[in-house]
Amino acid sequence: MHTHPFKLVTIIAEPVLESRLTSELRQLGATGWTVVEGRGEGSRGIHAADIPGVNIRIDSIVTPDVAERVVQHMATHYFAEYEVIAYVSDVAVIRSNKYVTQSKETR
Amino acid sequence: MLDTLQANLLSPIPLAFALGVITRLMKSEFSLPKDLYASLSIYLLFALGLKGGAELAHATFASIAKPAAVTLLLGCVTPLIAFGTLRWIGRFSSADSAGIAAHYGSVSAVTFIAAQQFVQRVGAPMEGFMPTLLTLLESPGIHIALAIGAVQRTRALGASGDSSGKSIGHVLHEVLTGRTMVLLVGGLLVGFLMGGSGWKAVTPFFDSGFKGALMLFLLEMGIVAGSRLGDLKKVGPFLLVFGIVVPLLHGALGVALGGWAGLSVGGCTVLGTMAASASYIAAPPAVRLTLPEANPTYSLTSALAITFPFNILAGIPIYYRIAQALA
Repeated sequence: MHTHPFKLVTIIAEPVLESRLTSELRQLGATGWTVVEGRGEGSRGIHAADIPGVNIRIDSIVTPDVAERVVQHMATHYFAEYEVIAYVSDVAVIRSNKYVTQSKETR
Repeated sequence: MLDTLQANLLSPIPLAFALGVITRLMKSEFSLPKDLYASLSIYLLFALGLKGGAELAHATFASIAKPAAVTLLLGCVTPLIAFGTLRWIGRFSSADSAGIAAHYGSVSAVTFIAAQQFVQRVGAPMEGFMPTLLTLLESPGIHIALAIGAVQRTRALGASGDSSGKSIGHVLHEVLTGRTMVLLVGGLLVGFLMGGSGWKAVTPFFDSGFKGALMLFLLEMGIVAGSRLGDLKKVGPFLLVFGIVVPLLHGALGVALGGWAGLSVGGCTVLGTMAASASYIAAPPAVRLTLPEANPTYSLTSALAITFPFNILAGIPIYYRIAQALA
């Protein structure tokens, strides 16, 4: 089985950021993502919501340069002021073209 | 005064709320499922809108114009009072001051409902158009406070291409399309269009169950507020005092303006309560997105763990007494 090396970007954030983060992911070149809710604790304290305790995790498989851009973007715009962590891991996929933004000409 | 306070404490809303707080103080893990809490708030807001809309059909424009004008005035004045108090007396940072002011400039629909129930119980029912005023008060306070915060922020950052202008528009959209506004404004519209006969047809669901649903909701509110009590130590004595004194000030102002606009004692009490209440549903995400450097522990703790319980337990009877005294 031939696989291609890709990057899995994972962002764990306070839920209020969900729509902003996913639209930015698209702008930065991600073609898709999965958002799940979960519980947890971190170093920051409370969320800006009337119901405490829920986090979101956004997973997105992207090319290495998109992964680089996303993490850079997170560091510049979010790390200082929001409850957010982001990390990149290596993954292997079969369908490499699924995770690359196609330019309009080639589609 | 004391008998009014005592009678209030032994009514369903404060009791359900107290049970929630006690549950949390006993370190019980019990809480309402998150989806039930959300469903109950949808039910309560939509029922409130529908009934208000059906009653709005009887109101004349002349009777509602002045109360609506003073409501908008309150929406503009209360965030300024809150901001000034925090910034210059409490010495909070401008972001924290603006963030907290956004909560106190906006309104808590559940506190409104509690006031509605109170004035009904004491036999001074409010005007039927009051839920319409509630929708007017939700958003201006948030935007004025956030605008102050954004201006101060831009000044602090220098014109470094910050996108706060864009996010203010985004926040306006968020608040106007949030659950409270959609359900209340939508409910008012539907209630208005279907009129009294339409409302009568849905009362078995939306009216008969209302008080029971409210008690369940307040039970969960008690749990939420109870779990924030530990944060009281973090916010310091100033916010504790602020969370009680500023609502009293806003409440008295609301009652006085309501009286000037010709509202009944019940209507004045409810308008005072609206002005005194602090939002904890619409304001927190709006503040978080626009003023990320504001600490949400301050605003949420004072809105949820100080001002909300104060209004439910003691504030509403006090505004009622002020309204009686001024009438």
